[in-house]
Amino acid sequence: MDWLNAIVQGTLLGGLYALFAAGLSLIFGVMRLVNIAHGDLIVLGAYLGLTVTTATGLHPLLALFLIVPAMGLIGYALQRGMLNQTLGSDLLPPLLVTFGLSVILQNGLLELYTADPQKLDAGSLETASVTVGGLSLGVLPVLTFFVALAVIGGLQWMFYKTPLGRAFRAVSDNQDIAQLMGLNRRHIFGLAMALALGVTAIAGILLGIRTSFDPSIGGGRLIFGFEAVIIGGLGNLWGTLVGGIILGIAQTIGAKIDPGWQLLAGHIAFLVILAVRPNGLFPRTTE
Amino acid sequence: MPEPTLKIHGLNAHYGDFQALYGVDMQVSQGEVLAIIGANGAGKTTLMRSITGLLSNGRGQVEYRGEDISGLRADQVATRGLAMVPEGRQLFPSLSVRENLMIGAQVGRKGPWNLKAVYDLFPILEQRKDQASTSLSGGQQQMVAIGRALMANPDLILFDEISLGLAPIIIKDIYDALPGIIGEGMSAIIVEQDISKALSVSSRVYCLQEGRVSLEGDANTVSRDDISRAYFGIE
Repeated sequence: MDWLNAIVQGTLLGGLYALFAAGLSLIFGVMRLVNIAHGDLIVLGAYLGLTVTTATGLHPLLALFLIVPAMGLIGYALQRGMLNQTLGSDLLPPLLVTFGLSVILQNGLLELYTADPQKLDAGSLETASVTVGGLSLGVLPVLTFFVALAVIGGLQWMFYKTPLGRAFRAVSDNQDIAQLMGLNRRHIFGLAMALALGVTAIAGILLGIRTSFDPSIGGGRLIFGFEAVIIGGLGNLWGTLVGGIILGIAQTIGAKIDPGWQLLAGHIAFLVILAVRPNGLFPRTTE
Repeated sequence: MPEPTLKIHGLNAHYGDFQALYGVDMQVSQGEVLAIIGANGAGKTTLMRSITGLLSNGRGQVEYRGEDISGLRADQVATRGLAMVPEGRQLFPSLSVRENLMIGAQVGRKGPWNLKAVYDLFPILEQRKDQASTSLSGGQQQMVAIGRALMANPDLILFDEISLGLAPIIIKDIYDALPGIIGEGMSAIIVEQDISKALSVSSRVYCLQEGRVSLEGDANTVSRDDISRAYFGIE
């Protein structure tokens, strides 16, 4: 029963990791941009949540209705104002610039909010639990998991069923020819980043309700996100969810064996999958 | 004489230090079909990239319907009614046949072309509409590329080497379909290495040689000797 419990809890934790990863996956899929600052943007989302909830007294989940559009606007401005200038045939400039952005965000947050650990207050939601088949499940992890399902399902639908998704895929395939179709790639990239940071805001708020955070934890979230994306296979959103779940289960099982092994077990699972399936479990096959 | 649809004046194009076009002058009137011929590396594709805005140009070098479009981005040029069937077809591999056609209509221009009109022109595409575009044969892919450009309801359509890499029978089919495509006041520029095909559907011809216009003439009266001299640059 304990092991089953570890697997179920790991699956639910995987939902949060999938949310960390979804924005990363989207950005890489559309514009081949590896965003080193992604983890810090998640933390930024959590801090924006902190500011809004303390200023207005809103519940953190209600604050999402403000934070998601705000992060979307930040994303669009960031892409049009800065990241578009770095995109070209060379992969290095965007890496360096987002690395710099990461440093700036961490230090900016440190100046504004200090290094004290903070937490979003979600009231009784934080401790509420339900009993399913003898297992006690936290309401928050269950909610997080279903939010992840909804977000990834929504992104998938947007990608394959809407004109915007068509534009994303066309620009990803061939930027020049997409321009000939009247698509301004700079604008499309801006929209992709806006969407990605909207998802990031959700991830940040759920992170902030679940655990305490401080300005330095972005790097760790970035690694989890990366690992989920790579395990699942680049450019496959459902694969990203599976990647998050595998990572989550590996961590909880590792922690079950020895509490000190939680992170290590996740990284080992990642390395094993990378060694066996270098393209991830479900790489995009429509090339 | 009416204002030409497209007027190119003293067009220079560079790739870094390499100059690909030297002071090219050219114009296309409304409803006219123009052929551009030339050997490999003569600058034909560069000219197409300059016109469509994929390469940026010096001020005043490309005028479209009286407006200077030299400095516009490719998407801005596209919304003004200029579409291209690019060399090598260049369909979007992640998009189905139907989606490739739909994205051509992204510029939102009104006109006779829509999904149904394209399917009427190339019925095979309707049967294949949900397939991945790359699963089609070369000829069918070319039909998608032509349909995609038509979906924009352009005033001027550029065909860049549409016969390249296709079987002669397919090339014949596609050229047979061209008169039905170009018409209703649409102008066209046909870039080809296959000279006789290009001349058969056009009214005027330009020959490019090493980045310069080496011949300009009436497609029906220009002589074989003139063309080979302009094409190869030998007396």
